[in-house]
Amino acid sequence: MMEIGLPHYLVVSAVLFCLGILALATRRNAVLMLMGIEFILNSANLNLLAFSRYQGLNLEGHVFALFVIILAAAEAAVALAIVLHVYRMNNTVDADRIASLKE
Amino acid sequence: MIEIIFNSIPSFWPEITMSLTFVVSMIVEFSIGRKEKSSTGMTTGLFVLAGFIITILQLPFQNPEPRLLFGTMYSVDPFAMFFKYLILATGIVIIVFSMQSAELRKQRAIGEFYSFIAAMTFGMMLMTGASHLLMIYLAIEVVSISSFILSGFSKSLHRSSEASLKYVLFGGAASGVMLYGMSLLYGLTGALDIFQIQAGLASGVFVPQEADFAVLMISIIMILVGFGYKISAVPFHFWTPDVYEGAPITVTAYLAVASKAAGFAIMIRFFYVTFFDSMVDIGKWVSLPHFEWNIVLAVLAVITMTLGNVVAVWQDNLKRMLAYSSIAHAGYILMGAVVMTDLGISAMLMYFVIYFFMNLGAFYVVMAVADRIGSEHIDDYRGLGKRAPIVSVGLSVFLVSLTGLPPLAGFIGKWMLFSAVVEANFIWLAIIGVINSAISLYYYARVFRNMYLREPLNGDTSPITFSPLVIVTTILFIVPNIIFGLYFGPLVSYAQHSVRIFLP
Repeated sequence: MMEIGLPHYLVVSAVLFCLGILALATRRNAVLMLMGIEFILNSANLNLLAFSRYQGLNLEGHVFALFVIILAAAEAAVALAIVLHVYRMNNTVDADRIASLKE
Repeated sequence: MIEIIFNSIPSFWPEITMSLTFVVSMIVEFSIGRKEKSSTGMTTGLFVLAGFIITILQLPFQNPEPRLLFGTMYSVDPFAMFFKYLILATGIVIIVFSMQSAELRKQRAIGEFYSFIAAMTFGMMLMTGASHLLMIYLAIEVVSISSFILSGFSKSLHRSSEASLKYVLFGGAASGVMLYGMSLLYGLTGALDIFQIQAGLASGVFVPQEADFAVLMISIIMILVGFGYKISAVPFHFWTPDVYEGAPITVTAYLAVASKAAGFAIMIRFFYVTFFDSMVDIGKWVSLPHFEWNIVLAVLAVITMTLGNVVAVWQDNLKRMLAYSSIAHAGYILMGAVVMTDLGISAMLMYFVIYFFMNLGAFYVVMAVADRIGSEHIDDYRGLGKRAPIVSVGLSVFLVSLTGLPPLAGFIGKWMLFSAVVEANFIWLAIIGVINSAISLYYYARVFRNMYLREPLNGDTSPITFSPLVIVTTILFIVPNIIFGLYFGPLVSYAQHSVRIFLP
């Protein structure tokens, strides 16, 4: 039985991060893109917690992660309000179809 | 622990006042502001303005001696003080502009607008002094979240809601990437405050051809994404033109001046402290001997100013043109960061003061004209020289100053930057900067040509009357552009005095 250590957490967080970037790059639905951002934030959280736990560092990493969770909630609230407003104006949340501002 | 907090509070009053302004102005808005007959937001606006003035009056009493507050969270030094003055002055100007803006007066519930200006300013004040990764992230997010709301404030306009959607998606992604970079840096150095990170980097553990070194590079580049997004450096600039065009014009001006200044403040502090070893001569980034960081910043500066200037040539909307011009100016200012000597940093600080006068003036004139003729399109500026002489002269002065031609202030700003760059033997960078200034003259000249040499589109030559307030404000912005072009000694000495950044 292999023991779960730091590398496992780092791999999971790296995969989460890549999935988040992938969602941002390929999805055009604003809500799904926001989910991609949440993936990225949570992957960073996982990193902070894993380093804090396994490198024998102080609790600063844990505190940082708590702050990030709170900020992610605030950001999601604002972002969803904006998405809702955009939906009311345009009847779509497709980022490609709401493009009146062009080069 | 508790003593540290109590000892820090007396030095933290300006920031506390600003956060109180935000919280109390919300209460004022909902208890008094909404009950006004015509909800113009004036009550809340005046309340926030008073908060700003009290804050800026408190700043001289904040002892500028370099030191740390709240453990290692926040540094107070002349450098941060300089940016706080700049940001608060911009905030006051923006509030006064917003009170005059017809675009905003059409909105319902405008009082909150001023509250969020206060929240954004609070975040930017924290950005000037943040010296801990947590504080850096928090400050950037406070600014970002308030500016997402502000940029979508013209609720009835399609372009405004679209701008805020693009801003929130791009801003969220950029700060997320930066956070991931910070978490890697934490894992590598085991510290979150930038002084211990510096110690970790200087210890010589990181050498090339090892995995740690590669991860370190990746993490710093990820952090650079977050800073680059705040200062809208290419290739992290994609949000800038859309947001600047879609947002209410006073918000655009605030983003272009104050938010950019705060972004530069935090970026300079981070790079100056983490990559700088005070044991070696000034300007040598010795902590990472195997990697030339200033080359990366130099390339960033070159592509930022070139892309900003080249794309601005094609723009027909003046707001969007000013957006690209502000990207180009971020490129010029980045040249100072490439050098990172005292001379380079003081040149950047000086440029910010001058940029404040020329850019806010240009945005103000565009706002005043848009309020009267309802358009920001360059063709609607035809014949403006005859229809509104004073305002046209004002716009010409600001645009010439932005180009950087003598005898106006913009020339002095560019001169200081270029001489700092040449002093550090980056002559090719200075040459590219000069070529870029020449390109910028082309698109600014399009505005002059439309104003003075062309007849109006529909033959309407009736004069446009502006209120005396507009005329006086325009002149108030013209004067410093001329004075600082001829008499800049005090500005230079103040900028040189403000270079001191806290180092342990």
